[in-house]
Amino acid sequence: MKARDPQPSRRRNKRASSGRQGPRADGSAQRPHDEWGLDPRSAAQPMTMKTLRGIAVSPGIAIGSVVVLDHRGHHVPRRTIAAESVASELERLDRGLDSARSEAEAAEAEAGDRLGPQYAAILGAHARMIADPTLRRDARLRVERDLVAAEQAVSEVLEGHASRLEGLKATHLAARATDVRDIEHRILGQLLGQRPTRVMDLLAGPTVVLAHDLTPSETAGLDPKRVLGFATEVGGRASHTAIVAAALEIPAVVGLGRFLDQARNCRMVIIDGDEGLVVLDPDLPTQQRYHRAAAERTAWFKGLSDLSDLPAVTLDGTQVVLRGNIEFPGEVDACLERGAQGVGLYRTEFLYLNCGRPPTEQEQFEAYAAVVRSSRGYPVTIRTLDLGADKLASYQNAGYAEPNPALGLRSLRLLLRDPTLFRTQLRAILRASVQGDVRVMFPLVSTLDEFRQARAILDDVAAELTAEGVPVRADLPVGVMVEVPSAAVVAHQLAKEVDFFSIGTNDLIQYTLAVDRTNETVADLYCAADPAVLRLIAMVVEAAMARGIEVCVCGAMGGDPLYTLLLLGLGVRQLSMPPHQVPEVKRVCRGVHIEQAKALAEEALRQETAAAVVARLQEALRLAVPDAPSPLGRDDDTCPSLLCRGDDT
Amino acid sequence: MSQDPPVVRRQIEIINALGLHMRPADKFVRLALQFQSEIRVIHDNGDEFNGKSILDLTSLAAECGTRLDLEACGPDAEAAVETLAALVSAGFYEDENGEELEPPR
Repeated sequence: MKARDPQPSRRRNKRASSGRQGPRADGSAQRPHDEWGLDPRSAAQPMTMKTLRGIAVSPGIAIGSVVVLDHRGHHVPRRTIAAESVASELERLDRGLDSARSEAEAAEAEAGDRLGPQYAAILGAHARMIADPTLRRDARLRVERDLVAAEQAVSEVLEGHASRLEGLKATHLAARATDVRDIEHRILGQLLGQRPTRVMDLLAGPTVVLAHDLTPSETAGLDPKRVLGFATEVGGRASHTAIVAAALEIPAVVGLGRFLDQARNCRMVIIDGDEGLVVLDPDLPTQQRYHRAAAERTAWFKGLSDLSDLPAVTLDGTQVVLRGNIEFPGEVDACLERGAQGVGLYRTEFLYLNCGRPPTEQEQFEAYAAVVRSSRGYPVTIRTLDLGADKLASYQNAGYAEPNPALGLRSLRLLLRDPTLFRTQLRAILRASVQGDVRVMFPLVSTLDEFRQARAILDDVAAELTAEGVPVRADLPVGVMVEVPSAAVVAHQLAKEVDFFSIGTNDLIQYTLAVDRTNETVADLYCAADPAVLRLIAMVVEAAMARGIEVCVCGAMGGDPLYTLLLLGLGVRQLSMPPHQVPEVKRVCRGVHIEQAKALAEEALRQETAAAVVARLQEALRLAVPDAPSPLGRDDDTCPSLLCRGDDT
Repeated sequence: MSQDPPVVRRQIEIINALGLHMRPADKFVRLALQFQSEIRVIHDNGDEFNGKSILDLTSLAAECGTRLDLEACGPDAEAAVETLAALVSAGFYEDENGEELEPPR
């Protein structure tokens, strides 16, 4: 039976937080008001609406009344003890630590049942932190030396750790300060004889929770039925709180900066977990807009889930092939369940990243064969290693460093320099090729000569295997990923020798516009709709069509519905994307005539700026898919696609 | 007749992208606790950290590329260093995003 839920399982796929897919709009909010849950008082007695921007960490829309959780830091009175009480105070410390640990272990078990093992592991680590020998030793030392009470000792030790962590440059390490404060609360709760603060106990009905910070264990304790959404002053994308919120599918915005004082008296709040917005005391039109959006989202995602068995075909009957991008063998099922016809991009890097040595031929063969077998006869396009030398342990250990890795020894360039690495991977791919419909593609091809060298090595390895009596697929299709502008420019020459093209838009955009999209100071230049990028894509598609070879778009652009019409209009008939994006893109394909798409593409190619292109695409998308939920808080002057947060194709 | 317990020392390098954050530190500590030996992790500035303390290890703040000395002292020092160094050089079995991977068999 096919899964009917178009939503990505976040437990399996929590990396992809593209922010479009959550059907978790909640229109139920509070109902003491009128039918829409609108608060009539806001009309009679207008409050000032205020919109705050933070970091979107869990998608969806929440509308409701507000509970502000004040900083519940336990107030620790400075209390000294008499010298003769040291022994009993140490006992008290030990008891407090022990019961805090049991409590954390219970929370771990509960999280394991509700959320799955990765999330339980976070709370499990908390239990180990509470049992930590250094914590116990340092706290005991303070009791004995400074004659302070146990809670004071624990607080000093842990605050010291937390502030050291906060001072770190690496944000994912600094984010762990919240975990330290989390265990501090737990231990102090035990020592001061307070019941552990449960956020849920503070809520009367379904509400939006606003807080300075929520610890991971507080977040894990939230009941999605009663917490419509939450927003915090601190926190970032890397925080455990964010990860847990996404797993619970509670819309959340973090990192808003100080706002609780203004929020304290507001009657209603909207959390827009897609755009990272919090609207305090929304005016009536804004409430209506978000309520409508929430209802649309619910209907939209219901509609999408009904599409998985239907073909991706335009109104005039043009077939479009949608495939999935994967990294792990286990992801093939998600592709097929969402109606993808095979795997358009199988990234092989993970095999290389986690060991001190490159994977053996057999390890690779097993991974590739597993993907091919689970694809049930659909094509699987395997991309050869696409890593920089700077990421490989063998090069790191040799002290290899380069000033500009993005333009350095990486990807196919590295494989051509390192024949053992390359041949081992090709042997594994060729061995797996007889188990299904396998294709191979080389990334980062910059010149025709590079492709010829790679192809010659592939042919040589195939001959070697045949001589050994190992069966290989003789007519294995060999393609290149077009992601360097030079390859797009000479696509007409490449097209004579390759079996297919796959356009890797992320790198193509980065190299065309010479912009690193992870560099916030210049990231606004990065846009798939840039006229230069569109022209290059058009050139590649024309070159492919002239030679009758296939061309697929596998970058983030391929999975963004905003670009679907444009790509179809340019002549692309294959798109490959993260599996959770397949239903939306399919829906767009099923809503248009190919002639409309062609006219749109011609018009887009005539535009002079990315913004003009985007405006046309948005308008066309609204017409083609009138029932799609519209993005609400989006700035119209920024590149509105998901590409700025996309994956690294 | 008594002998000093053996001391084994080896250089290790943190190779996983996210460095020694909470879950890797937790894995390290859980493994370290299985050995009788005292385990120390020594930074090149001379600071010593208890290999059985998750708080010590996280406050070490070792990012990807940090080299450290791993030292064990006790009857099973050799095995402890061997096992823990293997965990570190396997990148704590997590990918670039800190996602859990199956340990290779």
